[in-house]
Amino acid sequence: MKPTNIKHPEYFHKVVDCQYACPAHTPVPEYIRLIAQGRYDDAYMVNWESNVFPGILGRTCDRPCEPACRRGRVEEEPVAICRLKRVAADNKVKDDIAKRIPSKPAKKNGKRVALVGAGPASLTVARDLAPLGYELHIFDAQKAGGGFMRSQIPSFRLPEEVLDEEVGYILGMGPVARFDTYIDSLQSLLEQNYDAVFVGSGAPRGRDLKNLPGRQEGAEHIHIGIDWLGSVAFEHTKSIGKKVIVLGGGNTAMDCCRTARRLGGDDVKVLVRSPFADMKASPWEKEDAIHEDIPIVDNHVPKEFVIEDGKLVGMRFDKVRAEYDSAGRRNLVPTGEDPVFFPCDDVLVAIGQENSFPWIERDIGIVFDKWGMPVLDKETFQATNPRVFFGGDAAFGPENIITAVAHGHQAAISIDLFCRGEKPSRRPAPGVTLVSQKMGIHEWSYDNQVDDDLRYKVPHADKKLSLLDRKLEVELGFDVATAFREAERCLNCDVQTVFSDSRCIECDACVDICPTDCISFIENAEEEALRKSLKIPANNLTQDIYVSGALKTGRVMVKDEDVCLHCGLCAERCPTSAWDMQKFLYEVTKAAPLCNV
Amino acid sequence: MSYIRPNFRHPELQANELGYARKDYEGSLSTLCAGCGHDSISAAIIQSCFELAIPPHSVAKISGIGCSSKTPTYFLGKSHGFNSVHGRMPSVATGANLANRDMVYIGVSGDGDSASIGLGQFAHVTRRNLNMLYIVENNGCYGLTKGQDSATADVGSASKKGVPNPYEPIDLCTMALQLGATFVGRSFSGDKNQLVPLIKAAISHRGFAFIDVISPCVTFNNTVQSTKGYEYAREHMAATGKMDFVPVRQEITADYEPGFTHEITLHDGSVVHLYKQEPGFDANDRNQAIRTLQAYKQKGEILTGLLYIDPDLEDFHEIQGTVNKPLRDLGATELCPGSRSLEAINSNLR
Repeated sequence: MKPTNIKHPEYFHKVVDCQYACPAHTPVPEYIRLIAQGRYDDAYMVNWESNVFPGILGRTCDRPCEPACRRGRVEEEPVAICRLKRVAADNKVKDDIAKRIPSKPAKKNGKRVALVGAGPASLTVARDLAPLGYELHIFDAQKAGGGFMRSQIPSFRLPEEVLDEEVGYILGMGPVARFDTYIDSLQSLLEQNYDAVFVGSGAPRGRDLKNLPGRQEGAEHIHIGIDWLGSVAFEHTKSIGKKVIVLGGGNTAMDCCRTARRLGGDDVKVLVRSPFADMKASPWEKEDAIHEDIPIVDNHVPKEFVIEDGKLVGMRFDKVRAEYDSAGRRNLVPTGEDPVFFPCDDVLVAIGQENSFPWIERDIGIVFDKWGMPVLDKETFQATNPRVFFGGDAAFGPENIITAVAHGHQAAISIDLFCRGEKPSRRPAPGVTLVSQKMGIHEWSYDNQVDDDLRYKVPHADKKLSLLDRKLEVELGFDVATAFREAERCLNCDVQTVFSDSRCIECDACVDICPTDCISFIENAEEEALRKSLKIPANNLTQDIYVSGALKTGRVMVKDEDVCLHCGLCAERCPTSAWDMQKFLYEVTKAAPLCNV
Repeated sequence: MSYIRPNFRHPELQANELGYARKDYEGSLSTLCAGCGHDSISAAIIQSCFELAIPPHSVAKISGIGCSSKTPTYFLGKSHGFNSVHGRMPSVATGANLANRDMVYIGVSGDGDSASIGLGQFAHVTRRNLNMLYIVENNGCYGLTKGQDSATADVGSASKKGVPNPYEPIDLCTMALQLGATFVGRSFSGDKNQLVPLIKAAISHRGFAFIDVISPCVTFNNTVQSTKGYEYAREHMAATGKMDFVPVRQEITADYEPGFTHEITLHDGSVVHLYKQEPGFDANDRNQAIRTLQAYKQKGEILTGLLYIDPDLEDFHEIQGTVNKPLRDLGATELCPGSRSLEAINSNLR
């Protein structure tokens, strides 16, 4: 293999598994260290700069970082990254944060941008563009900002104050919000001479079971999950029947069933087509639902809504089992048993959501594909009408908040380039620094000792009380002492092992000390052969191997990045400083420099 | 400050036949200088004992004084250990071995401990064929007292101080051969592919197994003029051949590598396979081993690998005709046969 090019910003970025997995590439280890140091304001700002909604995401993020966490490869559970983020939000000093957030720019740049929808994607675009002097108009049909974060995520998971605060930071930077304003024509918006329009209108249509027998007759007691959650959030709906069936296996289904429990549902069940393990909902959300006495009945396919005397009395289901073919594709095969009947007063249908653009005219230069999705440049988010940009769920279908934020950052860059007459395809390089952490023979400027603690559990509010109050937050968050212990579990994967082959005397000290046998000195070969001939074969192909140039003996140093603990012992035992521990900071470049952390 | 090694290990690392993890064979974190060859030897001992699936509690590690003699702290933390007097490791090992013949004895010594102050003890333990592994971690200098030339430093070799050594070196392998050692090998700390099978064979060998390991002192004797530095060792290393160790439990498959010459069955049934031996070299010929060592030395090369082995000679216990159980397993009547037996012995002497 050729020597690894560690100067390429993506090489070490990939080693920071959590950051790499995060759509917005938040520098996770960086803020976890700040939390451990009690620097909550700084930790909050590192987050805010990158993911815009630390308090919201610290409660509701889908956490793609956690399954990626290296800790999960050397022991049972990853670091509780998401809940640590919340600690930064909970313990920051609000007034100090307000001072650090950029204020309205004194000078406008004369450009006007309209943003459709006030969800995370639009708000991110607004935040990134505001300091540059753009005049920003945000339109949303709801009465307050936040989009689906407000209408779909129940208050017992995301308190309104947290949402208001973080939406408020952005609106305070200058954008003008027009709430209660539904945009019914993109053409008329374009006619108002905006320099660019950003569409962040989400995926607002919940899937229905239109053709299932009994759907029409029972309509009064059959609700579309996301619409019903919105109606609860805006307090149009205040109660539900005693017996409730929730259809679906995603996070919306979990939010529906738990909300139903708080609105008077005594006997709430989730029925899902797939096996329990295949459900789309995050494992922790399933756990929380089960904890609130909500059984999840899997392998049941809806057959009909049962109507008696014109009234919904229950639902019938066919039982299935999952079979997987050689390609791993799932097939739900009927078991042949009799259909099963479950009585109910109300049904909540939470089987997915779709995009819907009835307000975008089809003759204004925006090409849609056969699935009704806009044709976009994957990198710039620009539509075929160059003045229009998409982001969030509106771009490529339903995802999650953090993905919407990541889209927002990129779309903001595109919009800025476009408005300045430059090509949106000219993307800015990421900001990268690599700095030695060495302070002495046995001393590093990061805490290199690897903690053995198992993952700490977040305390919950008393179940009896929380089931009585829809707005009482269930998760209480870590206290500061527990947060410190949890933060200490982080392996500091951003402190990189940097090898300089000209210094190496091939004494094997690093090989002997490495607790996880990551380092080998062997004859060079092609990657496949090299991976097999390491001290312990590098079987995890998702993780790179780090190959040095030829050493004096003609051999090369090969390090398997997979389970490196970043403990720094290789560098400590190296007599010639051929190894060094260097902190790698990778920052996604934003449209405007926002704050100094 | 990190004087603690993290507790996590590679998740794919399997346990050995006894169910022990390799971690169970580790010791405390080394306090030797960074880059010391001795740490590699410790790692090779850990690897060997793990692979041989020796119960850690049935090993005794015994050492004298010096950097090398500190190392038993850094391996086999769950085994027995005795850090003895300077140069007196062989006496302690002999006593322990006589009391409990069932244990595995690993003696660790250095060039100062064995070739200077302990030369007499080294000579006598060798000629008695005591069943033990005797490793000399040979760096050609007294590292613990700031790097003076030791008795194994070659003529003309210069350490950090820069003054060439004027005295003839003691070649411990040649001495061991002359004194009747039944297993003699030489290796280099930087070549675990050679060192690990050598240690495994030496531990399995019944009788006195001696391994001289060139182990560079990074702090005082890793200069360009030194013949015990990493670079010199790598550039001047020659091997008698390649060897493999097949433990007794493992079935010997007939799938030999090309270049296979012959195999030697050890007393416990395990087998040493020799490959690609130097033409005409016979690991059963003591005189030839001495001559070959000498010839390589004249060429300025370091001959490594298995130099000599005789698995069939009687060890110290057999020569002495001692009881074949450890003393701790004998009952009170056997250990203390009473006054009548004493009288019988005494009358024999009159």
